[in-house]
Amino acid sequence: MKRISIDPITRLEGHGKIEIFLDEDGNVANAYFQVPELRGFEQFCVGRMAEEMPVITNRICGVCPEAHHLASVKALDALFGVEPTPAAAKIREMFYMAFFVTDHTTHFYALGGPDFIVGPDAPASERNILGVVRKLGIDAGKKVIACRARNHNVIKMLGGREIHPVAAVPGGWSKPVTAEMRERIVEVAHQNIEFALFSLDAFDKIVLNNPDYMELVTSDLYMHRTHSMGTVDATGQVNFYDGDIRVVDPDGLEVARYHPSAYFEHIAERVEPWTYLKFPYLKNIGWKGFVDGPDSGLYMSTPLARLNVAGGMPTPEAHAQFERMYETFGSKKIEGDRYQPIHHRLATHWARLIEMLYASERMLELAYDDEILSPHIRNIPDLIVGEGIGSVEAPRGTLTHHYVTDDRGVLTKVNMIVGTTNNYAPMSMSIKRAAEGLINGSVHTGHTGHTEEISEGLLNKVEMAFRLYDPCLSCATHTMPGRMDLEVRIRNHEGRVLSKVRRK
Amino acid sequence: MSEKPKLAMYWASSCGGCEIALVNIHEMILDVDAVFDFMFCPCLLDTKIKDIKALEDKAITLTLFNGAIRTTENEEMAHLLRRKSEVLVAFGSCAHEGCIPGLANLHRSEDFLESIYVDNPTIDNPESTYPLPECDMPEGTLSLPEFYDRVSTLAQVTDVDYFIPGCPPEPHQVRAVLQAVMSGEDLPPRGSVLGAGSAIVCEECARVKADKKITRLYRTYEIQPDTEACLLEQGILCMGVATRSGCGAPCLEANMPCTGCYGTPEGSMDQGARMSAALGSIIEVDGKGLSEDELARRFNKILDHIPDYAGLFYKYSMSSSIMKARRK
Repeated sequence: MKRISIDPITRLEGHGKIEIFLDEDGNVANAYFQVPELRGFEQFCVGRMAEEMPVITNRICGVCPEAHHLASVKALDALFGVEPTPAAAKIREMFYMAFFVTDHTTHFYALGGPDFIVGPDAPASERNILGVVRKLGIDAGKKVIACRARNHNVIKMLGGREIHPVAAVPGGWSKPVTAEMRERIVEVAHQNIEFALFSLDAFDKIVLNNPDYMELVTSDLYMHRTHSMGTVDATGQVNFYDGDIRVVDPDGLEVARYHPSAYFEHIAERVEPWTYLKFPYLKNIGWKGFVDGPDSGLYMSTPLARLNVAGGMPTPEAHAQFERMYETFGSKKIEGDRYQPIHHRLATHWARLIEMLYASERMLELAYDDEILSPHIRNIPDLIVGEGIGSVEAPRGTLTHHYVTDDRGVLTKVNMIVGTTNNYAPMSMSIKRAAEGLINGSVHTGHTGHTEEISEGLLNKVEMAFRLYDPCLSCATHTMPGRMDLEVRIRNHEGRVLSKVRRK
Repeated sequence: MSEKPKLAMYWASSCGGCEIALVNIHEMILDVDAVFDFMFCPCLLDTKIKDIKALEDKAITLTLFNGAIRTTENEEMAHLLRRKSEVLVAFGSCAHEGCIPGLANLHRSEDFLESIYVDNPTIDNPESTYPLPECDMPEGTLSLPEFYDRVSTLAQVTDVDYFIPGCPPEPHQVRAVLQAVMSGEDLPPRGSVLGAGSAIVCEECARVKADKKITRLYRTYEIQPDTEACLLEQGILCMGVATRSGCGAPCLEANMPCTGCYGTPEGSMDQGARMSAALGSIIEVDGKGLSEDELARRFNKILDHIPDYAGLFYKYSMSSSIMKARRK
């Protein structure tokens, strides 16, 4: 059987490859999304002291260490039987909002966005942040850099480091917020709101007002009717830091609502021999293979899923955008406040920007809360319960950490279901669907009857099927158009010039 | 326009934090783009492995290689990029000393499969299916890279020109290194550590240091430490005394101990041994009139409060330590 390999898949966080098999007629027989990596945190954390986990599990993902840092410390709160002080809970959430803004910015401008902004068929060397800046202009590029810079600065200010923060402790946070810090955070939050609105406006212009893109967005190529999962607050609205997990079926009916500590009653994970990553599914419905629909236990846990399960956004500007999105897709209201879920997966890009706006507004609310300045930032635990489960919404899905320790707080068992993993089966389906829709005998068999090379742009459209999920994504900008006049020589240790470049 | 020198960044067994550290040089990215043709970085760019294989040897001027060597694929990429690069840098703690993935060396490799695919609270695997290096599917064979028994550093599998420590390297240090490269200065001798100091973190820490004598140890969750005094003197096992300088001691500013991510200090071969020696010299037991056995008993009682020295002292340097791994 003829085979097409995409290796590695790109513009994401982590390793992956796609193997597409074609039958004799040149149609897709099957497509596999393989994850060829396993670092084994669940095993090597055994034997470690539980309180080390917020720092150790940061290293699961250097793009979203903040999510692991907080899921981990929430598990520790439970494990040590201690509540964070009210100020600490707010500082954690404010820190997390800064992270959400920078993380979603990175995805829209550097990872997923280039496919729209530059175009899915643009040359591969243009489909990146550099191409985005060429298209939108250097001022927009500087806005993106500035947004990432100011939010990483807040992350460091509150969490100790820009990457792999250290401030989370069971029962609280290691460092108080000063009036000076708060002033800066208020300023950053205002700028974030402005930037989120700017990004939504760009999305309007580039995608919503472009009939070709809207055809792509609303086509069957990128659609699956799975369940949706996300965290909601007591009123049923979106929350990233804390709340209940709600699951709705493809029509939007609630099929589960539970405290995150009950996750193992609702989620099971399947193992396939051709990949290192496991496939979670809803336990009560069961594994029915890589199929969607109400009878399949597959669910998505993404920005779109979070909005699908919620009655709305808790902040005004974000909520207005939320309503506009569902109205645009023609969703009707069900069960009181919710809309029918959107299943066109490319809408995830839109949902992500609405979340960016919510995070910005929420950051401002928290910064204005006077309690944030309280010096009472830690409750010191006085017992070891021995088991703890913590969960947050990571940018790419519900993130759960589960620890069991002995009576000295030494880990004996660790289980984690990370944001991206939730979406592994849906991503696999999306890749296959896109491949089937895009690659068929007639597309790549020319008039001579010989099979021609399948275009790189076409394979990129297959990659867009996973990219919309923002799989544990990654960094941001690589390059921007330089404007310096300079000559550079790069020399080795003996002074030999390895390379010389002149640029005006 | 003359052809710009090629710059590549690759991740082996890693977290992506090194890529973020590069991106967090913020505005300086403009300069880097002006100077380099940044052409390979799976996180950000659509270049595929086949494109790298098609390059001539040494076509890439500078490769920043992050991540440890855990799988056959990691090692193949290390060899490929060594061949294609003029200068190969072990970027960040994983490539330099094994970092957190290296903690896997404290466990047997078969335990991983068990705990991840068979014995955990959410697993549904009644037939004990494991991922296989070669798997025959109806349409053809699918392959996965194999795991080595041990996580290795980059220099343990190929020649490395320079090392940049840190988990991840602090952005100000990444900036300094790139600035030095782009300014055309002669690079230091091959094998040098770049983007770090040659002292220990204590030298950069603003806390007040007095007489280092401690009579008991604390775990970090047990006390809210004083924000001005040395943490080690307060009984918290801060690794600053056994960790290379260069980070600027940001963790200490957040009132948390150094966990050692900048790795083994200059002139030392083993970070854990260095920390053990430091600890041995500061624990104080009032030994007047006590037998040697009693003295040892009291000393051990203080030490016994901490149940995992291996994980604390070798959190980032297990792979490059003298032991390298647990002995069976």
